[in-house]
Amino acid sequence: MMRFAYQKPESVAQAAAVLEADPAAQIIAGGTNLVDLMKYDVTRPGTIIDITGLDLKTIAVDETGALQLGALATNAETAYHPEVQAGWPLLASAILAGASPQLRNAATNGGNILQRTRCYYFYDRAEPCNKRRPGSGCGALEGVNRMHAILGESPDCIAVHPSDMAVALAALDAEVSVEGPSGKRRIAFADFHRLPGDRPEADNTMERGEIVTGISVPANPFGPHQTYLKLRDRLSYAFALVSVAAAMRIEEGSIAQLRVALGGVAHKPWRRKEVEAQFVGRPANRDTFTAFAAALLEGATGHGQNDFKLELAPRAIVRALEQACAGTPQDQACKVVL
Amino acid sequence: MEQSATGSAIAQHAIALTINGQARQLRVNPWTTLLDLLRENLALTGTKKGCDHGQCGACTVLVDGKRINSCLTLAVMKDGAEVTTIEGLAEGEALHPMQEAFIEHDAFQCGYCTPGQICSAVGLVNEGHAQARHEIRELMSGNICRCGAYTNIVDAVEAVLGQNAGATP
Ligand SMILES: Cc1cc2nc3c(=O)[nH]c(=O)nc-3n(C[C@H](O)[C@H](O)[C@H](O)COP(=O)(O)OP(=O)(O)OC[C@H]3O[C@@H](n4cnc5c(N)ncnc54)[C@H](O)[C@@H]3O)c2cc1C
Ligand code: FES
Ligand code: FES
Repeated sequence: MMRFAYQKPESVAQAAAVLEADPAAQIIAGGTNLVDLMKYDVTRPGTIIDITGLDLKTIAVDETGALQLGALATNAETAYHPEVQAGWPLLASAILAGASPQLRNAATNGGNILQRTRCYYFYDRAEPCNKRRPGSGCGALEGVNRMHAILGESPDCIAVHPSDMAVALAALDAEVSVEGPSGKRRIAFADFHRLPGDRPEADNTMERGEIVTGISVPANPFGPHQTYLKLRDRLSYAFALVSVAAAMRIEEGSIAQLRVALGGVAHKPWRRKEVEAQFVGRPANRDTFTAFAAALLEGATGHGQNDFKLELAPRAIVRALEQACAGTPQDQACKVVL
Repeated sequence: MEQSATGSAIAQHAIALTINGQARQLRVNPWTTLLDLLRENLALTGTKKGCDHGQCGACTVLVDGKRINSCLTLAVMKDGAEVTTIEGLAEGEALHPMQEAFIEHDAFQCGYCTPGQICSAVGLVNEGHAQARHEIRELMSGNICRCGAYTNIVDAVEAVLGQNAGATP
């Protein structure tokens, strides 16, 4: 690891000030992604700003019924919190589908949504990668791209966002609270992460000096009709090949409300509200779900090794919608897919 | 004094840790992981380095009672914490029940993953989210065993969970 200095600020304002003043400074929270990237020399902060002393650890339901998550509440605390399990089972399930118990004990909610891609070319400094070194090219495009994107890619980058939690947050219409030099603002989850375009180095729409302080997730009417289905190379402790966060409300056998976000297929959680809206009023059955999957995946393209995702993704969507419809969410301990 | 990537001088930091019940005052570089501190500076080599990237669980220790990967933890960030390693589980000559169960159920072969497995299993029991075998398997999945002792590891953890269930009505 490179040498770096260490600071532990006592307020968000102080942390943001250090971050803004020093272009080589980076925030550290749980450290499970940043320390890994520093060991591979993928990132080289001159100073790390330890924010774990800040008062951002809440997990609470506010007066509007929304879930308020502090940026520093851990993934484990969040997923096992009784209020989260009762009102936002999709979120709890997605968090528990990710990483390992040890990692979830250390990982924070802010760090989770800000984790960097696991693209091999991003990790390997001997290879080109526009995300790590803008202008150097994309090694994955014609290379080892089994894990890579089938939607929303650009000629400059086909990396995917690795977070499971983010996929649930996208489906649940969450908002991210950030604080920085120009004050506080809230960013709709759909606008938080970005597609690579010609600037793959930017994962999200945060500005220099901004810090994530929390995530709020509105109350939802889905009850047991929500599920997180994650398909991967082994049953646990592996990143998604394709994952689906699905939630629906059914009235008299028809879809009254529908939310679907996909993981493992794009540079950000993939969700298209206009497609969801088109399917409201349609009968909640397999034919509808199959048509929905085709519509949501419109324009998907493979890059060779990841061509299988073109087949896997629609099947995963249909299966997740069947689970949501039946009110039988995927169990994250028993991996049998019903 | 060492220098950062940008050339500025870097100070060591004074931290206090309680390691296996013993209070320690230490000076650490910011980049020293808890794993390296334990192994290289404190000669507590029971905790193993497998991958050094959070992918295997060999480095699992308990920090304030919770299992974490010490290879991805910077020691400087744990000022004030209580750390328990495999060396700290036994009470004198009396092994921890999880250590006993690993021996009883033959839950290892080469033993390299074992300190991490045992610390992880102790964390699992403290957390209280596993009862059935499939839950133990899922919640032990952060520990890889290249010898493939998994079945016996699950037996050992199940036995300890069973003892505890018997003890607390
Ligand atoms: C072996 C392994 C397997 C994994 N498997 C999965 C998986 O299957 N699914 C999954 O979703 N994840 C997985 N993960 C990733 C894990 O979930 C993340 O590493 C973790 O959530 C990051 O949180 P952290 O608090 O440790 O972040 P850190 O490492 O502390 O930070 C991550 C990034 O976010 C920035 N940051 C952190 N907090 C803030 C903040 N509040 N404001 C601004 N910037 C901030 C940091 O500067 C850094 O760039 C895995 C990780 C490992 C090592
Ligand atoms: S050495 Fe820490 S997880 Fe492998
Ligand atoms: S006993 Fe050899 S690696 Fe687990």
